[in-house]
Amino acid sequence: MAGSNPNAKPMNLTLNVWRQAGRHTSGKIVEYQVKDISPDMSFLEMLDVLNEDLLRKGDDPVAFDHDCREGICGSCDLFINGRSHGPEKGTTTCQLHMRKFSDGDTITIEPWRANAFPVNKDLSVDRSAFDRIIQAGGYVSVNTGGAPDGNEIPIPKEISDRAFEAATCIGCGACVAACKNASAMLFVSAKVSQLALLPQGHVERKTRVENMVAQMDKEGFGACTNIGSCAAECPVGISLENIAILNREFLAAKATSNNLA
Amino acid sequence: MQLDSKSPEGPLAEKWDKHKFNVKLVNPANKRKYDVIVVGTGLAGASAAASLAELGYNVKAFTYHDSPRRAHSIAAQGGINAAKNYQNDGDSVFRLFYDTIKGGDYRAREANVYRLAQVSVNIIDQCVAQGVPFAREYGGLLANRSFGGAQVSRTFYARGQTGQQLLLGAYSALSRQIAYGKVKMYNRSEMLDLVMIDGVARGIVTRNVITGEVENHAAHAVVLATGGYGNVFYLSTNAKQCNVTAAWRAHKKGAYFANPCFTQIHPTCIPVSGDYQSKLTLMSESLRNDGRVWVPKTVEMAQRLRKGEIKVADIKEDDRDYFLERKYPAFGNLVPRDVASRNAKLMCDEGRGVGSTGLAVYLDFAEIIQRTSAEAVSQKYGNLFAMYEKITGENPYELPMRIYPAVHYTMGGLWVDYNLQTTVPGLYATGECNFSDHGANRLGASALMQGLADGYFVIPYTIGDYLAQTPPKPVDANHPAFAEAKAGVQARTETLLNIKGTRTPDDFHKALGHIMWEYCGMARNAEGLRHAKAEIQKLRKEFWSDVRVVGTGEELNQTLEKAGRVADFLELGELMIDDALDRNESCGGHFREEYQTPEGEALRDDEHYAYVAAWEYQGDNQPEKLNKEELVFENVKLTQRSYK
Amino acid sequence: MSWITKTLTSSIGRKIIMALTGLFLCTFLVVHLIGNLQLFKHDQGAAFNTYSHFMGTNPIIRTIEWGLVLGFGFHIFEAFALTRRNKAARGATGYVSNHSEQNSEWTSRNMGILGSIILIFLIVHLYNFFWRARFGGLDKMGGDNPETRDYDNLYMAVVSSFHIWWYVLLYVAAQISLGYHLWHGFRSGFQTLGLNHRKYTPVIKYVGYAFAVVVSAAFAAMPLYFFLFTNDQGDLKAAIASPIMHAVASAF
Repeated sequence: MAGSNPNAKPMNLTLNVWRQAGRHTSGKIVEYQVKDISPDMSFLEMLDVLNEDLLRKGDDPVAFDHDCREGICGSCDLFINGRSHGPEKGTTTCQLHMRKFSDGDTITIEPWRANAFPVNKDLSVDRSAFDRIIQAGGYVSVNTGGAPDGNEIPIPKEISDRAFEAATCIGCGACVAACKNASAMLFVSAKVSQLALLPQGHVERKTRVENMVAQMDKEGFGACTNIGSCAAECPVGISLENIAILNREFLAAKATSNNLA
Repeated sequence: MQLDSKSPEGPLAEKWDKHKFNVKLVNPANKRKYDVIVVGTGLAGASAAASLAELGYNVKAFTYHDSPRRAHSIAAQGGINAAKNYQNDGDSVFRLFYDTIKGGDYRAREANVYRLAQVSVNIIDQCVAQGVPFAREYGGLLANRSFGGAQVSRTFYARGQTGQQLLLGAYSALSRQIAYGKVKMYNRSEMLDLVMIDGVARGIVTRNVITGEVENHAAHAVVLATGGYGNVFYLSTNAKQCNVTAAWRAHKKGAYFANPCFTQIHPTCIPVSGDYQSKLTLMSESLRNDGRVWVPKTVEMAQRLRKGEIKVADIKEDDRDYFLERKYPAFGNLVPRDVASRNAKLMCDEGRGVGSTGLAVYLDFAEIIQRTSAEAVSQKYGNLFAMYEKITGENPYELPMRIYPAVHYTMGGLWVDYNLQTTVPGLYATGECNFSDHGANRLGASALMQGLADGYFVIPYTIGDYLAQTPPKPVDANHPAFAEAKAGVQARTETLLNIKGTRTPDDFHKALGHIMWEYCGMARNAEGLRHAKAEIQKLRKEFWSDVRVVGTGEELNQTLEKAGRVADFLELGELMIDDALDRNESCGGHFREEYQTPEGEALRDDEHYAYVAAWEYQGDNQPEKLNKEELVFENVKLTQRSYK
Repeated sequence: MSWITKTLTSSIGRKIIMALTGLFLCTFLVVHLIGNLQLFKHDQGAAFNTYSHFMGTNPIIRTIEWGLVLGFGFHIFEAFALTRRNKAARGATGYVSNHSEQNSEWTSRNMGILGSIILIFLIVHLYNFFWRARFGGLDKMGGDNPETRDYDNLYMAVVSSFHIWWYVLLYVAAQISLGYHLWHGFRSGFQTLGLNHRKYTPVIKYVGYAFAVVVSAAFAAMPLYFFLFTNDQGDLKAAIASPIMHAVASAF
């Protein structure tokens, strides 16, 4: 019943899926077969098919995180055939479609792997470390109500656009998953540069970068070695330039802030 | 119960200021003695939680997501309206108010909508201060664009990701309060019941979806910001997890549910491609500015097209029916959402739909590409075209897009008064979760506005009024009501696990969605609605005897979560049907086929139906009781829409 | 001092030390290379030995030498520290299937391996030339020039070493590693220091590539030249001493 192409052939696939009962148990790869997969299905719809099959057989369906299924909420997070969000560039798992695969393919599906992202169950991981990094300083401290008129501070369009590009990070964690060092620098740098570029962020510029980096280190993420996997796998194209900005901000803050701690 | 909207007296423009002066205040030193629960962390929830914590209240915030930033507000594309009049094009608070009331087909409360328009300007300022990177002009000032239903440019935007940027702004404010310890954040916690003590909301019961632990949380007031219920249709543009459970449990505890049949169908979505379809994706409405909507003139030709015997290019210009341009020469392809949607359905019902399912119409860009260039079109719609191609595998520069309407937003929701308080004292509802501001139809770029208005600028005042009248002593979490509610939640989980039937929750959900879409979707009639009611009752019975949930309640069990939500949708669906049956008129998102003009346009009945239908729960399997809040229009004249 | 140690042991701090020491070592490579080009001079090592004598005795150079030791020391120490930290960050369970070759360059992912090869080379190299030059064990130059007569004849040590096949092999392998190490390291150093700019970063990248190729090729040319083209006195083999080689050699 393919929508776009009535002649598209359904596919049969072998899935190697990471199964793990809970946070403190060990897991393993389990092989499943799925049949009659339409090339027009999204990857998660293919997993829905698998899960419905498992459920009908009385087996435990595969747990995975997902929500909006339109590439913006950042919930979905599968490591597919050795790649964050699978083989297609600039795409989240939910927007990856089965036409990118062929009949008879074997697909390996794993959770993000990072010490700071413990597995909840199967393919679902805990990414609250990202929240704690934002809590450490990823904001402008303005209480509701006291804001001046929105047009009070003109911001050059070019600066505003660059800040926007950094701000589009969806917090999925693909950068950490792809990085050899499980580093979260692309994530952290996206927020730091957004707020470093905008005048609104300047007041807390130094403390922000100091605190966010400290929290990032505390969470146990690795250090960036400029490999570039993160940016290559980022579904929304956050640029490595942001990491340079982060480094610069950090260095400048440490060198000039009055913070002795 | 007599519904009291609590709209302040006096001239429209002074109501809110007057009310803000009249509300009671909580002494700054006493604020820390009050606990407030906020359920949901989308625009309405995150902004409320952050603002209340800034005031000094102790806030407990809940989301079933792994992070507050995942809420579905994030997916809003277009923008947010505000009566800033930065463009000098004649906008004003009153005009935004008027457009919203008219767009809602005169089924919203004047005082609420006016307040919404008033605070809209503060929202923009607040968001800019937070570092939300709105689009800007070269001179560095904020840019605006125009949107459906308005003749002024008042929509602020951040490319096609306005919802994301606004939510991340609210999330950052929330994160700051979490860091300060003023908000205690509970991720992956789903609200499964409301706890009432002496007729007042005093807490909630949640289930930690990772550990399965059922927990009680006590507070002096509860704010529900849990979004809409569009997923009752199974397929919608809502996120997969969006559900009505929190609102529904509150409803069953005494909160009236208002106008449940008011659902918005968005005309330009990517059509369903197969039975496996899990959700629908919206394509921005702006595409209708340049795309032309058509289907083949004859059923025979459409059939051959669907079978692949002929191609789009084989259909000559004369054999194409540009039905919107034909029927509505004045507005053409730019008729409002509901009109465009209904006509697309009409064409498909006639058998002239395209695509392999026959449930799609073409949105063709050939003419604009020819008139300008592919590059020019790409400049304007590049990201949308790319998204379309990613999902369908078709290149819209070469083939016309296939589009079909899809459920997008629900105007109905928990009934609230001017203070956003439900009929349960101490229980508030904000954002899409309440019914308040959009009447029978929501205008584009107004959902974000309402969510943030409620959270940043309304709730912080109105909840104070309630708390000031509540003694600042801790709520007793050991009250038997908590144990009882908790036991109820646990029993329900056990029940679901022990049915051990044959059909999956998704199976039931799809069946429900099918019924709702067929009989309570874009067009409804009494006969169909009565049929649907019987079908849903049958389905619900089957559900409770044949649903299959495996595993246990003490682990991450997504099937169990789903089953609980579907169970509530099955009850809500019936109420929507009742509401649609009661409303013998057509207005906004509610089109009753019996009530239309000779030209096939919606026919409102202001004399008999200018009211809010607020439904009161009467017990399991009992018909709900209808309460009416009569709508009084003192500042606008009710007119019939015409787009000919 | 706690803010300093905290800064320097943070993930970014360590990287900044890597970058600073790395770029400093790049300048060392330039100096070292220019000096070593004396080896190609067709004068039985007179120029090279003069140069090495200067490097071994000049007090300014001897002082800078300590900087060099620290540069290497920190570069290596931080490399180990970062590698440990980064390995731990992945966690106990790694990926079953990981196709990082599809999203990044091999060089960038294997700086540790490349660096380790260079480190092994460095130890051998230091022992063979530096240690012997500094702490004795080399013949004197001899000859008629009273000024250079007592200089260590490092040149002959080079010539004889570069006639041992495995030694030449180690050198060439190390220089290939160095080339790859610099291929990533040069531009990476700038990125870590925050020197990323839409205008200049592409230039830095290509300068880095050129630097990596030229430096490693030039260093690798030395053992190959002596092994392939000279006899055990460092003179061009008659059979190979074609006019072209003469031209090349005398050009230096």
